[in-house]
Amino acid sequence: MDVLFGNLDAYARGIRTTIGLTLLAFAIAFVLGVLLASFRVSPVPPLRAVGFAYVFVIRNTPLPVHLFFAFFALPKVGITFSPFTCAVIGLGGYTAAFIAETIRSGFNAVAAGQAEAARAIGLTFPQVLGIVVLPQALRSVVQPVGTLFIALTKNSSVAYTISVVEITGVSNTLGNDLADYPGAFLGAAAAYLILTLPSGWLVGVIERKVRVKR
Amino acid sequence: MTDTVFGDALGPRGRRRAAIASVVSILVAGALAVAAVRRLAERGILDGDRWSYFLDANVVRFLASGALATLKVAVVAMTLSIAIGAVLALCRLSRPIPTRFLAGTYVELFRALPLVLLILYAGRALPQLGLRLSPFWYLVIGLTAYNAAVLAEIFRAGILSLDRGQSEAAYALGLTYGEAMRSVIVPQAVRRMIPSIISQLVTLLKDTSLGFVLPYEELLRRGQIAGEEGRNILQALVVVAVMYIAVNASLSALANRLARRQDHRAAPVAGPLVPESVADPT
Repeated sequence: MDVLFGNLDAYARGIRTTIGLTLLAFAIAFVLGVLLASFRVSPVPPLRAVGFAYVFVIRNTPLPVHLFFAFFALPKVGITFSPFTCAVIGLGGYTAAFIAETIRSGFNAVAAGQAEAARAIGLTFPQVLGIVVLPQALRSVVQPVGTLFIALTKNSSVAYTISVVEITGVSNTLGNDLADYPGAFLGAAAAYLILTLPSGWLVGVIERKVRVKR
Repeated sequence: MTDTVFGDALGPRGRRRAAIASVVSILVAGALAVAAVRRLAERGILDGDRWSYFLDANVVRFLASGALATLKVAVVAMTLSIAIGAVLALCRLSRPIPTRFLAGTYVELFRALPLVLLILYAGRALPQLGLRLSPFWYLVIGLTAYNAAVLAEIFRAGILSLDRGQSEAAYALGLTYGEAMRSVIVPQAVRRMIPSIISQLVTLLKDTSLGFVLPYEELLRRGQIAGEEGRNILQALVVVAVMYIAVNASLSALANRLARRQDHRAAPVAGPLVPESVADPT
């Protein structure tokens, strides 16, 4: 237990890095996810193919592969980022595929009459999507996107494998230095619970706020 | 379903716009592809020998045995997770408050922890607590601790998705909790859960790559070793990714086919299928 209470500041630094990773990666994932979901329902076949291929490849490959790709492979083509940036790119790109699928299911939840009415008054596809369908779809996917956010918080621990010092990395160093891995584990577990449990509660609050009243 | 807006066929103007957008997007994609290929060729990424390296008999054997190690760990962890997950789900749905509380706490706690943390500390903390095993078993323990909790939720959702009348009728006949579960509820619920279970299997298979931290030499680890040895890590990662896609895509296709067959057969019993949202995309 001394591992935890003697090193609260170290854990706090780890928590800050984890939060930074999660928020930045989520921002990328959300923007890219909305874009990919729009591609997949667009009337333009090449864009649909791009959306499908991206989701297919990402969903069938493990997350560490993407982080390794950003960390080990990009420098080979002359693009070098810090480990933290690599982790943000890898986590964001990976989560985007799942967000895209979730938002696409949200499109299906919007009544068909909405898109039909929007077209009937002469809106183009980007307008139908951006003004009418997307805002309604986003409200209906708060819960599943929240689940993805929490999963992303947990997945940020994979950044440990490319030497980003977040919660897992901090605890591993402490466990090694103080020869107390069980204590270090309890500290890390507590740190993750501090992050994930309130997130679940917050998602519930947002969900109730924006729910479409019928 | 080509050229539609949410299922509605496009008019002449819309079709013209879609055609223009198609041409433009193909041109942009083509330009990007040419630029990328140029860059890759400049850096020697596309050199034939960098890729033919992976056709060498020794490298093929090395990677294939890595893939086998991945499958082995996935099968063992999945079997244990299903068994423990089933027990957890049954405990959580049972009457006695202590078993319900304990199982619920376990499930909520372990679902909220990152898998990397569980695998890493299975390998670091357990030996300090006196449990010395091979990396294979540490990976199995880490994967099982997490997936048992996730599967318990899938099982619970599947059982709760059955019409209440099924259990009420069973109790009305005088069956006990165990008898009702065994002969009435579980056989019906299992059929609905199979697609969710398979998609969780795909997730678990992907997650075996986290054995990297132990280190356990599964497919990804072996790919990285091969890439370092041949000084072609980029190509190695592409090869490994393709291998993962081949296995996982076939499993996912199987899950979809089973799900479709369910839709035809399960019509008489009301209630939704197990929602996909209970499974985490780790």
